[in-house]
Amino acid sequence: MEFLAAGFIEENIVPKFNYWVYVILMMIGLFAMITKNNLIKKLIGMAIFQTAIILFYVSIGVKAESGIPILGHEQHHEIVEEGRASSEVIKKEKFANPLPHVLMLTAIVVGVSTLGLALAISQRIYGSFNTLEEDEILDQLRPGGHD
Amino acid sequence: MTEHFSALILLMPLFGALLVTLLGRERRTACWLTALVCLAASSAFAIGNICQVLASKSGDLRYRMGGWQESAGYEVGIELRVDMLAALVVAMVVLVGFVNIIFAKTRVGSEMKDKVAFFYALKQLLIVGLCGIVMTNDAFNLYVLIEITSLTSYALIAMGNRRAALSSFNYIIMGTIGASFYLLGVGYLYIKTGTLNIDDISSVMQSGDLWAHPSIMIAFVLIMLGIWTKMAFFPLHGWLPNAYSYAPGVVGSFMAPLMTKVMVYVMLRVMLWLFGGEYVYSSGHIWGELIIWMSIIAIIAGSFLALACTDIKKMLTYLIVAEVGYMVGGAWLMDGAGILGSMYHILSDAAMTFCLFLAASIVILRTGDHRLTAFTGLFRSMPLTMTGFTVGALSMIGLPPTCGFFSKWYLISGAIEVGHWSYVAALLFSSLVNAVIFFRIIERAYFGRIEGVESLPVDADGSPPVVLDRVPYSMLLPLLMAAGSVLLVGIYNEVLAGWLRAAIPSL
Amino acid sequence: MKLFGFIAVIIVGALLLAATGDFPAWGDAGSPASQGQVSSFYIEQTINETKVPNMVTAVLADFRGYDTMFETVVIFIAGIGIIAVLRTFGDQASKAPDGPEADNDSGDLIVRTTCHMVVPLIQLFALYVIAHGHHSPGGGFQGGVMLGASYILFALACGLPAAKRRMGERRAIIIAAAGIIIYAGWGVACLLLGGNFLDYTSLDPILPGDEQMARSHSMLVVEIGVAFTVTAIMFAIYSNLSTRGRLEKGL
Repeated sequence: MEFLAAGFIEENIVPKFNYWVYVILMMIGLFAMITKNNLIKKLIGMAIFQTAIILFYVSIGVKAESGIPILGHEQHHEIVEEGRASSEVIKKEKFANPLPHVLMLTAIVVGVSTLGLALAISQRIYGSFNTLEEDEILDQLRPGGHD
Repeated sequence: MTEHFSALILLMPLFGALLVTLLGRERRTACWLTALVCLAASSAFAIGNICQVLASKSGDLRYRMGGWQESAGYEVGIELRVDMLAALVVAMVVLVGFVNIIFAKTRVGSEMKDKVAFFYALKQLLIVGLCGIVMTNDAFNLYVLIEITSLTSYALIAMGNRRAALSSFNYIIMGTIGASFYLLGVGYLYIKTGTLNIDDISSVMQSGDLWAHPSIMIAFVLIMLGIWTKMAFFPLHGWLPNAYSYAPGVVGSFMAPLMTKVMVYVMLRVMLWLFGGEYVYSSGHIWGELIIWMSIIAIIAGSFLALACTDIKKMLTYLIVAEVGYMVGGAWLMDGAGILGSMYHILSDAAMTFCLFLAASIVILRTGDHRLTAFTGLFRSMPLTMTGFTVGALSMIGLPPTCGFFSKWYLISGAIEVGHWSYVAALLFSSLVNAVIFFRIIERAYFGRIEGVESLPVDADGSPPVVLDRVPYSMLLPLLMAAGSVLLVGIYNEVLAGWLRAAIPSL
Repeated sequence: MKLFGFIAVIIVGALLLAATGDFPAWGDAGSPASQGQVSSFYIEQTINETKVPNMVTAVLADFRGYDTMFETVVIFIAGIGIIAVLRTFGDQASKAPDGPEADNDSGDLIVRTTCHMVVPLIQLFALYVIAHGHHSPGGGFQGGVMLGASYILFALACGLPAAKRRMGERRAIIIAAAGIIIYAGWGVACLLLGGNFLDYTSLDPILPGDEQMARSHSMLVVEIGVAFTVTAIMFAIYSNLSTRGRLEKGL
């Protein structure tokens, strides 16, 4: 039994730890979004949830032993002098995949915008209900409540 | 110039929105005119687009953003793809937007007060988002555009009263979960295929024979869950009724007909073009039957919840939940006629929901009452409004020659072909419930008595509304246009169905 | 509710993890995403097609420039939406005092002085980040956020009224809209010169250098547009959220 568990960890968790990390983070966020009563705590959950997805995307762009997807100065000058780069000059193993980074820049922007708008709306809710606890708000809205 | 039509459809409202914000909140009429002109131009381009698709041999137009040609068979840039279905849905979106701008003219001042310019800007950006969703051929671009529509609708809904703000908050939570699931599903596909273009993903999955991989199946489930949350498919519908019924009138009457329908379009797109009918409908999966049963539950639950409502707008929103059930069920019938019914229902449901929401907004404005009892005796005092309402209602029930009849006809014939009788029964049951709901209102409106007719509340900017039905023309005309479109979509159903049939890929 | 939430979370988590079975391992250079034609094209051809050494910038502003335009629109929507939801107009009876001495009406002397020294440095660095996005990490979003942050820092140290004189609400909205007009307008210019929307090569006749240089220059233009929008909207979000839409005193 113990041997099996060790084998499972070695095969499925260690080489793929990035997926486990993102899933655990994401589930923490999702749990907060579903179950928390306070609207701001829900938003904190939402931020964790979105960040976990960003982590996931960025982690799939990683290649072992590669650097950032930007040409170095010397390499750039070399290419400028030659006029055109061939795949011998630029080795694609040396550069991380640029696409996930671009996508996540978009996702970050979307996350920030959603969060900002949600904060504005929760401020309005606080302004008119004087509380951010969901059950208290629903109490006020019930016919026969304070409303 | 003509090859740029699909880009111009998007760009007109985008620049319109920017111009409106530059004009500022003082110049309301100028804002309105800008929005009107931009959407009119966009509508013209959309209609031109339909003609172009009809004229093209392959049946779909492609437009490469940035002019990036494909490299070794893969798209490196972002591509727009307009087939007949997309062209029709885009035309539907911009036309509904255009008519709704006319409708908004007199109401927007009193509902939005100082924020008229922001309303016009957000509304046009919502149209940009919806058009973009329909036309894009890039899975990630679709996510960005879904978020554009979501953010604008959160803001537009929250511009209402405090209950609207609360429902908007719930919508944010649900909407973010939905969109994030979609994004995650796209990420899973990207890991397995290394591309984001919908056609390319599909062909890589085909050539690499990835169908058996569990991650592809999970990606499909994630994307579907995300889209269902966004379209309010039954157990995930919680955000919709409150959001649409508490939203300001001019906002609700615009979003209700479009948002869920466009998401149904996205679902069809994902099912038939991204994953392909072969995979989605293959008998190896348990989901086919399950989802039809879920949609049956959605139809029945939506109908019952609508029946229990006393608030006119809430009732209409629950009917939307039932209609979403129609379309999802139709799409999963594994049969050309069912898919056709689902596609046709996107158009017809938009027309009839639009018509009913406009009529309901007028009645609520006129009587100041949002309960069903407000309709008492209205045929006497507002005959034209009630005619429009009746056309929409008959279409909801499914009587010829309205479009509702024909979409149900296609859906039912599809279900009969594959022998799914319980779905047929659910459709007929829902028609029956709709008949009960609407004949109750129409009867009250026709035979009910009401003494005295109050005067119309004067508009915020003090302009006396033109009186016919004691309703300004700018509101009555859009209603009649919507009612006319319900009839037109119904009468020309053969033509539309022929066009749509050509767009369905072979299963 | 807690139990239901827990069960839902466990089910979703298990579903997500079940898919990782056939995913490539961490850092696997042979995974389809890294090995694929699209990724290789970006890495190998970016320098030839656009003359920009930073592949991320090139993918962002050119290959997927259409996406980035909508990204800017998302920021714009957030700003407009927050103003539309939160802002209360009309009760601006108390007009803030004018003149440079009014900057000194609030806050601690040390904080104010430090802020006056730091803000120019932040802004200078922000401009560098925007302009140098072709060669190093950076670009319109990053630089724009820094510029916005410099205004926010100023508002924190010297009070919102002082910051508002430098970036009033109307001005912020105009700058934000102008940013997208620069971006989308540049795309329309390509369209008018005969290319597709955002096809920068068609601007070759009016820009110095060859077609590839036209792409490189155009990327700088659209990054500047992005920076405009981000700067203005970041400050608008801060000023509205910190005053509950009244735009008076601030924090």
